[in-house]
Parts: sequence; C-alpha cells; structure tokens
Amino acid sequence: MAEPLLRVEKLVRRFGGIIATDNVSLEVASGELHAIIGPNGAGKTTLISQLTGHLAPHSGSVSLAGRDITYLPAYRRCALGLARSFQITSLLLDFTAADNVALAAQAHAGTSFRFFANARKEKDLRDAAHAALDRVGLAHRADVLVSKLSHGERRQIELAVALASRPKLLLLDEPMAGLGVTESQGMVKLLQELRKEVSIVLVEHDMPAVFALADRISVLVYGRVIASGDPDSIRANEDVKRAYLGDQHVVTHHG
Amino acid sequence: MKSFTVSKAVTALMLAGLVLLPLYSQASGNIFILTLFTRIIILALAAASLNLIMGFGGMMSFGHAAYLGIGGYAVGMLAQEGVGSGWIQFPVALAASAIYALVIGALSLRTRGVYFIMITLAFAQMAYYVASGLARYGGDDGLTVYKRSDFSGLINLSNRTQFYYLCLACLLGVIFLIWRIVNSRFGLVVQGLRSNEQRMQAIGFPAKRYQLVCFVISGTMCGLAGALLANNTDFVSPAVMYWTRSGDLMVMVILGGMGTLFGPVMGAVVFLLLEEFLSQITEYWALIMGPLLLLIVLFGRGGIMGMLGRANRG
Repeated sequence: MAEPLLRVEKLVRRFGGIIATDNVSLEVASGELHAIIGPNGAGKTTLISQLTGHLAPHSGSVSLAGRDITYLPAYRRCALGLARSFQITSLLLDFTAADNVALAAQAHAGTSFRFFANARKEKDLRDAAHAALDRVGLAHRADVLVSKLSHGERRQIELAVALASRPKLLLLDEPMAGLGVTESQGMVKLLQELRKEVSIVLVEHDMPAVFALADRISVLVYGRVIASGDPDSIRANEDVKRAYLGDQHVVTHHG
Repeated sequence: MKSFTVSKAVTALMLAGLVLLPLYSQASGNIFILTLFTRIIILALAAASLNLIMGFGGMMSFGHAAYLGIGGYAVGMLAQEGVGSGWIQFPVALAASAIYALVIGALSLRTRGVYFIMITLAFAQMAYYVASGLARYGGDDGLTVYKRSDFSGLINLSNRTQFYYLCLACLLGVIFLIWRIVNSRFGLVVQGLRSNEQRMQAIGFPAKRYQLVCFVISGTMCGLAGALLANNTDFVSPAVMYWTRSGDLMVMVILGGMGTLFGPVMGAVVFLLLEEFLSQITEYWALIMGPLLLLIVLFGRGGIMGMLGRANRG
C-alpha cells in the first residue's frame, strides 16, 4: 500500500493516572472514510484533539501525507490540509454565514496582513464561500448572522467552513450531534457526496450512519483500538459485541 | 451610506459641529470653547485608538494612557534638547509608542482576560514611575514645552484655529484608517479572534501574531494623540499616564459604543463636556458623573451608539 494520508503510531496520552489514549495506531488511506466509534468515555475526543493539535500526546506520532505533525500547532496543521468540525458547534456567532466561510477560505489564500482593501469585496473569497455554502445547501442563508441560524443549520455551516479550506483530510467530530431524524438523514446524504472528494475521519455515535458511510471502522474502548476493519468484519467481531453489550443489537442489525 | 439612520444623522451633526466650531468661536469671541474642544478631539483620538483593540479586537487594555505619555515625552524631551522640528518630534513619538506597544504587547498577549487587563495596567504604571524618576525632565513636576512643534512654517501650532484643525484632521484620518482596517482581511481576522479564538486557530490563523500587530497599530495611533496633547497643554507630566486616565479612556469607549467607528468620539465629547460643566456647578461633580455613567452603561447596552441604533428601530 502507498503511504497512507494519515498515520497514527503508538499514540499515548495520560490524564493523571488515567490513560485516555493507550497506544493507538491507525492509518487512513487517501480517499477513505474512516469511522472511529466507541462507547462514551472511550477517548474519541481526546484522540481527535491530538490529531488536530489542540492537545499534545505524551508519546507516539501523527503524520499527514508522510510529514510528521505530532507537535505542530493547530493552525499549521490546517495549512497542511487538515480541517476539522467541532463536536460542540464553534462558529463566529456575530458574523454572517458567508463571513464565517470566507474567513476559512481567506486563511488559505495568501497573507491576511492586508490592511486597506475591503475583504468582503474580494471576489475569490466570496465565490469560494458561496460555493461551500451551496455544497451544504445553505446558499440562501449566506447573509444571515450565525447567531440567528438554527442548530441544524449551524452544523452544516461547520462543514462548509471545513470545506472552504480545501482540506486533504476532514476530521468530523460527531457531525450529527443534536440533529433531528430528517436533519441526520440530510447530513448522511451530504457526507455521501463529500466522501467522493475528500478523505474523512468520522467520529460518530449514530451507528446506522456510521455503518452506512464508513469504508473502515476502528473501535475504541478505554483508549485502546480493539478492532479495526471494514463494517462487516466489525459487525461480526466478538470483542466489539462485548464492548457494546447493551448496544449489541445496534451493531448487528443496522446498516 | 446605504440608508438613513438616527445614529448616522447624529454622527453627521456632530462632525459638522466639530468642523464649524472655530467659526462660532471666532464670531462669538469665545476662545475657551475652542481650547476645550481641542482637548476633546485629542482625547477622542486616543479613545478611537483604544477602541481598535478593545472594541474590535476584544483586548481589554487598561494601560492605554501610557502612549499619551510616551508621545508627549517624545515631544517634550526633544524640545528640551533643542530639537524643535515636528518632522522629527512626531515620527519619534510614533516610533517610540510602536516599540513600547510591541514589547508590552508581546508580553501581555501571553495572558487572557483579567490577567491581560492587570498586566497592561502594571506596565503603564511602570511607565508612570519611570517618567516620575526622570530628574532631567522634571520628574514628578513634569516638563514644560516652551515651544510647540515646528513644521517648517507649513502650519503654525501656536495658532489656535490652525492647531484645532490639525487635531481634527488627525482624528478623522485615524478614523478613516480604522474604518479601512476593520473591513480589511486583517481586520476580519482580528474581529474573528475576538469572537471565537479556538475556531480561528482551527481554520488556520495564528492568533497572537494578528493581535500583536493590532496592538502596535493602536498604540502608535495613541502616540500621535500624546504628541498633540503635549503641544496643546505646552506641558507633559507623569500624570497623563496615570491609571485613572487609562480608565477615562475606557469609559469614553464604552460610553460611546465599543466596536463602532464614531462611538469613541461621541463618548469623548459627552464625557469631557459632562466633566467640564458638572465641575463648574459643584466641586462634588464626580458624585453626579459616576451614577450618570453607570446608568448609561447599565441601561444603554452598546453605549450611545447602541441607544441611537435602537431609537432608529422605534
């Protein structure tokens, strides 16, 4: 196999006596949608934070397209093509939807130390913003303040912001969190489209969504990867069933 | 201007008033009002510069008066040493303020919130005590500027009207620059950082670099106000850097409306006029002024500009 897009090797992160990330190794190939699942408290968000650079690991390494990024700050990783969405929506509430997305495009289009020209009149940035908004189906809400948008719409803006930076790899931290049934279905459809263009790491609780979307799934329990493989082999895996004891039927019957 | 609003009308009225004031002063022979408004305009310039970091950048600096002192002392000390040319004094004032801002900003921006407020305050107080210790330049008693900055006869700073218009031009120039900056790429990044720093980092902006540059621009602008102020009072003393003066500037910004272009100007006008007239009525003027400011801040969210904005909506 060629060099994977994302390679995580023996990552360890402790909080006091608790090992939140315990020797995690995984690989995401280019073009793949790799889902990370696990019960609550399995360390999914801790793992994601180390991938995005918001948290430093105690040992191990993370590399993106062959380049070691283990200790790069978040903004540098972003420049290398790593974009993320937040589990809890994190947007600029007092800016319009278009401004939010245009800023992400701006971060990847030359220097932002320009002090005089009106940035809102830069056609490239506005076009990129509208294209990304259109992609998530929110073009008609471009000029609305984010604080006036619904929760579902904000989840979509999160995605548009991530897309506007033209990432190689998209880290999605529970994009369905708090969405209604219809909204979730819309999001799954959207992700089906996006995966054709960009590699995705998806952390998600919504099992039907995960099994419908993922090429490969890694199961995280107590900070350890207990299984990694395609959806069918994960569904059949005994360890996974045991870990999800209560949710066993969810794993076996959906998808 | 896209549409008529109450706040735009009031702003336009205020600007027209400021432009025409010297004519009124000449016609009525009221020299005092011209002197008073020269001071108001200079402090409005300082407040506008503070608003750039506080209102647009979300950086609550409690040491902004330091730049008034640095700009002022640059003029005063050079004048004392026989360098009377404004072409030298003003650039030195701006450069000194920029360097101070760069150093203080680089150290202060490692902190956030209350710590940022306290550390900027602490540095300004240090500047205050350093100035008090400058025995050669008057120490505690301050330094008299015997001759105003000389701009090779191009403009005469000792002429009240000319000096007034110079200050007004500086104020409008700085507000024009701020207007351009806040709508530029750089300005959007700084405002984005005020709104959600984590998000801005995640989309690829190194926060501190942008905030530091903004801090330096703001400090340099305030240094200009300091240089003008020393010319206005023919005097500079450590008192202009005292923390209460920094507080006054913050009050002007909040009173007028943080994050608005002309709010700080309005805040400075209202604050200093109130101070002037209340202190003529009673020596306990602060007792009236304090509660009055509290009421405006408590019930007029967004300051005067905020209230005018609401008046427009009915």
